[in-house]
Amino acid sequence: MSVRYETVIGLEVHAQLLTESKIFCGCSTKFGLPPNSQTCPVCTGMPGSLPVLNEKALLFTIKTGLAMNCGIAPFSRFARKNYFYPDLPKGYQISQYELPVCERGHVEINTGEGFLTRRIGITRIHLEEDAGKNIHEGAGPYSFVDLNRAGTPLMEIVSEPDLRSPKEASAYMRKLRAILRYIGVCDGNMEQGSLRCDANISIRPEGSTKLGTKVELKNMNSFKFVEKALEYEIKRQTSAVKNGEAIIQETRLWDTSTGKTHAMRSKEEAHDYRYFPEPDLVPFMPAREWVEEIKAGIPELPDARRVRFIAAHGLSEYDAEMLTSERALADWFEESVKLGAQPKAASNWIMGELMRLLNEDGISIEESPLAPAGLVELLKLMDSGTISGKIAKTVFDGMYRSKKSADQIIKEQGLVQISGADELGAVIDQIIAANPGETGRFRAGEEKLFGFFVGQAMKATRGKGNPAMINELLRKKLAGN
Amino acid sequence: MELFELGIEGIKALLDKKEVTPHEVLDAFFARINAVEGKVSAYVTQTREKAYEMAASAEKAGNSGIKTLSGIPFAIKDNLCTKGIKTTCSSKMLENFIAPYESTVTERLSGAGGVFLGKTNLDEFAMGSSTENSAFFTTKNPWDLQRIPGGSSGGSAAAVAAGECAAALGSDTGGSIRQPAALCGVVGLKPTYGRVSRYGLVAFASSLDQIGPITKTVRDAAMVLNAIAGRDPMDSTSAPLPVPDFTKAAGMDVKGLRVGIPREYFIEGMDPEVEKAVKGAVAQLEAMGAIPVEVSLPHTGYAVAAYYILATSEASSNLARYDGVKYGFRAAGKDLLDTYMQTRAQGFGPEVKRRIMLGTYALSAGYYEAYYGRAQQVRTLIKRDFEEAFRVADIIATPTSPTAAFKIGEKSADPLQMYLSDIFTISINLAGLPGISIPCGFTGTGLPIGLQLIGRHFDEEMLIRAAYAYEQSTEWHKRRPALPSDNGADKGEGPKAL
Repeated sequence: MSVRYETVIGLEVHAQLLTESKIFCGCSTKFGLPPNSQTCPVCTGMPGSLPVLNEKALLFTIKTGLAMNCGIAPFSRFARKNYFYPDLPKGYQISQYELPVCERGHVEINTGEGFLTRRIGITRIHLEEDAGKNIHEGAGPYSFVDLNRAGTPLMEIVSEPDLRSPKEASAYMRKLRAILRYIGVCDGNMEQGSLRCDANISIRPEGSTKLGTKVELKNMNSFKFVEKALEYEIKRQTSAVKNGEAIIQETRLWDTSTGKTHAMRSKEEAHDYRYFPEPDLVPFMPAREWVEEIKAGIPELPDARRVRFIAAHGLSEYDAEMLTSERALADWFEESVKLGAQPKAASNWIMGELMRLLNEDGISIEESPLAPAGLVELLKLMDSGTISGKIAKTVFDGMYRSKKSADQIIKEQGLVQISGADELGAVIDQIIAANPGETGRFRAGEEKLFGFFVGQAMKATRGKGNPAMINELLRKKLAGN
Repeated sequence: MELFELGIEGIKALLDKKEVTPHEVLDAFFARINAVEGKVSAYVTQTREKAYEMAASAEKAGNSGIKTLSGIPFAIKDNLCTKGIKTTCSSKMLENFIAPYESTVTERLSGAGGVFLGKTNLDEFAMGSSTENSAFFTTKNPWDLQRIPGGSSGGSAAAVAAGECAAALGSDTGGSIRQPAALCGVVGLKPTYGRVSRYGLVAFASSLDQIGPITKTVRDAAMVLNAIAGRDPMDSTSAPLPVPDFTKAAGMDVKGLRVGIPREYFIEGMDPEVEKAVKGAVAQLEAMGAIPVEVSLPHTGYAVAAYYILATSEASSNLARYDGVKYGFRAAGKDLLDTYMQTRAQGFGPEVKRRIMLGTYALSAGYYEAYYGRAQQVRTLIKRDFEEAFRVADIIATPTSPTAAFKIGEKSADPLQMYLSDIFTISINLAGLPGISIPCGFTGTGLPIGLQLIGRHFDEEMLIRAAYAYEQSTEWHKRRPALPSDNGADKGEGPKAL
């Protein structure tokens, strides 16, 4: 019997904080501006310049720690991580080493098997500065250094080696992203690099409690690539072990174009970062009252909200999970319910039509041209029979595109449902008269032709006929009385 | 008395009485610089044009309010960033570096009306005790041009002693203000760590560096400290404490003041002339009513070792930014790594490289605990030693330097011997305490000897009080070196009292 292997994964996630200014100076963190326009003596590492901590960055880190059930260290300090690279102006990164801001937390992830959740441990969350960017372009022999990003605040969230599959790793990333966005500390954009992920992965025979030799994976800039890189790495490691080869402790890079990972540097080549306490910054002791104040400012988080949506609004697990994945989406839903929408109907419209339109336009719910009040108006018009469900979709589309009210669109396009028995009766009489063959066959028992008559009636009313009424009248008139 | 011989207080009095104008003061000092700089070599850069501009605006602004130093000519150690003026750190690495910003201390000093004559020589990146490690030249001791002025603030101390400025700023990581002040026969004050902002001081060892004045008198030092001290939002390690008027402490008597004499600092093999002068100073304080008490600082023997691990560790990191990428010297290499290596190999001098290597080693994986970790523990013990001593003493008196100024080249071949010239000053930086060096005598060959007084954290007032009382009871501070003038106007033979 062949040995089965278990995968052990731990993630190091870097999240760029949504502060307006950099972590140790007053420069803007704005993205996409001309190279080196957002710099000063501090973030360019000028001789004699000194860092001063942006308190907002510390606040955001504490907030994240609290949202992820961490303990907040009563005493914490920065450390220098020393290495040479052109995008690192001081020759060291100000980071944290032995005394991070947050320690020992956890998040719950959906395992993908039903709606069971699993608790993933968080070892630590620490605060550090980002480096600049090296740009290799143009024909000359030069590389360019852009220090606009240097000094942007980053949080590093380190998980325990609790993840057992690429799917879990991706679910964990999604959960972190959701929480970070809920509490407003990071925009979670992986493509732009405001959320980045390195993975430590090893395999071991099932049942073993000893960890295998780990490999560090870098350069995975989407959820999809995280899964793919890990899947590839499991295959590579498993076949290596089966062939009797030893796994080498090394750093490997994910290559999107080949769909493979390749070795970047071995353990022997790994940097000795020579960490030591940062003497330019004083250690900090967050006051307990301050931490409590931050805690009080944390909104209801996705897990709690999902549970509440199921209990209070009668939503399915799936709908609740989807609606609570983004705070703004859940807010949108709740707002519409508050304004009188039936929860299940609102959920269906949001997850169906609204998400479809937003996805088509590639915009977020925050940018939606349609407000919850619009959906509620539309639902009321349906309930009152003013428009049919089919017409409602057209109206919804119109509201989204033109920002006009449902009422206005219905009036302009003459979309009011025809429910008058006389008007509809006349239409149906005409159809029966115009289709003697079909009428005869139906009356002779060819029941399936009923659909044909419904279609004709809808066509004649350009979809505005009240379907229930059409059904009723057709039955009556086709029966011959 | 010549104008250039005066300190801050003397010049201020003349300016206040309108007997001279700031412009005339500058003329006098630049004339003096012209006369003696060729022999002393205190300045790396002279800023005449800028000085006259500053003097003009000082003249316009007058001496009201915060303009307490209006029109006073200062020399600035060349590791303090000055916007638009070269800041070289006496290193090839920064030979042509012009800082795009101003250090907090120079901003405060010019804000108080101070005028800058130029930037003074130092041991490269403040690493040394003689200015022999300057990449450019060695500054000469005005009392004996064959000898070193001390260091690393040797240029500042020599400039003050030679009358090439009224006062100067230095920086002190292990004695770099006090030791050259002692060797040049002037006053050097290292404030408490955190008393003065380090923003704009090119870092050597961040947890030890502190900026302070080098002056002709104790009261002058107090006046400069008044101008530069206090919390700076740009330096997180600057203390959010109120700044007293330090000049008020100059003039208070020393009756009943307990002067601690550390047993471990008066050891066998100490230069007998230094020992005699320092003991004489203590006796003088006693005669004025102070009470000498013996104290013990048992971990003194480990201070130099701990210092050279901690200071070099921080330096190895602080100097990583000089990589040829952004500013300063760059040697073109064949690739990135080669550029780094060539730049640093050619841009740094031997002492700087030695310290970077020492520090890199001490922080390396596997050695960190044994070196850096251990040294931090020693640092804590040294701090405790002082806390204990300050239970029974109000100030502590020691020699500033174990010897008077040594000859150029005498110790430069033996780094360890050189490191020992800071043996009495290093502990004070490790403990973060304030210390002052004041003249307390001369050797038989006419070289100045310094007395070091050490105070409690943020108690510079006590230092100034005791130092001023002692100074006023002696004539040492009135002596000026007899410098042969470059333009022939020789001031005479040997030290002379004014």
